[in-house]
Amino acid sequence: MEGWDPNTKSTLTQIPLLTTKAGPRDGAAWTQRLKEEYKSLIAYTQMNKSNDNDWFRISASNPEGTRWTGKCWYVHNLLKYEFDLQFDIPVTYPSTAPELELPQLDGKTQKMYRGGKICLTVHFKPLWAKNCPRFGIAHALCLGLAPWLAAEIPILVDSGMIKHKDDATSSTET
Amino acid sequence: MEVELKEMLNDLESLKQSLPDPSHRASIDKLRLRVEQLTSLEKSGPARRLKVKDMSAEVVDSNPYSRLMALQRMGIVENYERIREFSVAIVGIGGVGSVAAEMLTRCGIGRLLLYDYDKVELANMNRLFFRPEQVNMTKTDAAVQTLSDINPDVVLESYTMNITTVQGFETFVSSLKNKSFRPNKEGSGVDLVLSCVDNYEARMAVNQACNEMNQTWMESGVSEDAVSGHIQLLIPGETACFACAPPLVVASGIDERTLKREGVCAASLPTTMGVVAGLLVQNTLKFLLNFGQVSPYLGYNSLKDYFPTMEMKPNPQCSNVACLERQQEYIVAKPARDAALKAKMEAEALLVPEFPLHADNEWSISVVDDSGLDSMDATSSDTLPEGLVRELPSADKSQELPTSEAPLTSNDDLEDLRRQLEALNS
Ligand SMILES: [Zn+2]
Repeated sequence: MEGWDPNTKSTLTQIPLLTTKAGPRDGAAWTQRLKEEYKSLIAYTQMNKSNDNDWFRISASNPEGTRWTGKCWYVHNLLKYEFDLQFDIPVTYPSTAPELELPQLDGKTQKMYRGGKICLTVHFKPLWAKNCPRFGIAHALCLGLAPWLAAEIPILVDSGMIKHKDDATSSTET
Repeated sequence: MEVELKEMLNDLESLKQSLPDPSHRASIDKLRLRVEQLTSLEKSGPARRLKVKDMSAEVVDSNPYSRLMALQRMGIVENYERIREFSVAIVGIGGVGSVAAEMLTRCGIGRLLLYDYDKVELANMNRLFFRPEQVNMTKTDAAVQTLSDINPDVVLESYTMNITTVQGFETFVSSLKNKSFRPNKEGSGVDLVLSCVDNYEARMAVNQACNEMNQTWMESGVSEDAVSGHIQLLIPGETACFACAPPLVVASGIDERTLKREGVCAASLPTTMGVVAGLLVQNTLKFLLNFGQVSPYLGYNSLKDYFPTMEMKPNPQCSNVACLERQQEYIVAKPARDAALKAKMEAEALLVPEFPLHADNEWSISVVDDSGLDSMDATSSDTLPEGLVRELPSADKSQELPTSEAPLTSNDDLEDLRRQLEALNS
């Protein structure tokens, strides 16, 4: 766990681990995996709420549970910035992590690949590989998206690349 | 256009003849010169070359294949024209894939299948192949536009999609299986798959498809710091698959801790990408046309101009189920393979007879396996050749993280869990 801040570390250890190694093409085993994903996400969401650190909403947008959509947000200078969040479960899951996308920020930052896929730190993939198949969607959000938002949103706001939605409406009204 | 210009010249000539005043003749001559210039410009303008039926070895400046067919005359390649029978799939039409596609197109490959989901953007212009006027086109469409101009003989198929998604993967596999180009071909519809993608996820998807289909493929990659790269040949069951061991990268020799990553995802250079594309297509030509030695792994460290090579055996404990099946088939087929090899060597021994073709070249024929490559098990890391390192760790068998809760295993209802999460979300 070298290279992670203590907060991420302690949160991570509290997210329930998964056991079934199955991807979306694995039939019944995938259904089992999906149940574990839900439990892990439920526990993580509950934990965030009780710690007053609720920061995302995510749900499967197809019955197979291979496409997920939702929202995530980040508070900077007491203002809340909210973004659409989406990703697909890759065919080689959980050997490879889902590639988390924030389509509204596509093209606004260097720390992003085409299509709004966030560029993860050098620490993410090794830790994910080491912990396959125990890490799931909740772990990807905690280890991938949360540190990314914390690092990039302040820069994007301060450089004027993104505006708070109230700012945007007030400036168009006046 | 040409006809009109000619008529104009005629009109100018009759005007000149009919003019009583000779003082205007000089300016009419000037006009005539300009029309003649336009005519020659028009003649040299863009013209699409026509398809050719057979590859000719005739050395004339209008034959696009004369220099390639010369490989056959020189004895490097036995039958160059076979290239027209081959289908190659290229996954990822970026800095390496697009250049590989152009090389194969110029070589007169039979058919190319191109896969990418991205669009061309100005940030790609530090690389070869794509042009600024193609910005916003899909990479696959832009590639087809350029490649069909360069060589209309090549059959081009473009697939604009992401092969790591469930749907994209299915389309990928079925397109590889399609045999309409050469119905009597054994196995799949393609002779080789080239992976030219820039991420681990897509490589693992190519690996999955090729293991399931028993499809030989080659992997290529350029490091994120743009100064090293590699190519690798993967034959399911026979060599290590991409999941047999954590991926190898060529160490650039730069200390990771001194590498500044703030504000950037990856760097890229047209040189490194061009070199890797060249190595990849050279290996492809050797594989398809059966000449020289096909490299199982070739690394490139541009800072030291160092090229490590090696080969990797498959991992009997590979996490990929299809890989294990191919490994089993390969073991079962060993007696048949040995018999075929023996028969081939005996047949060759009969052919060598009175005067050997290269009597002065004793090292061109190797009977024993003496490739001089470091051979290793996919799993062992301590025997890695100098200059190669693992990019990722292996999955831990033991638990790395202390956890407060037991792993999740009970058999709850999926619908119920979905509702629980929705309740938390509302
Ligand atoms: Zn394998």
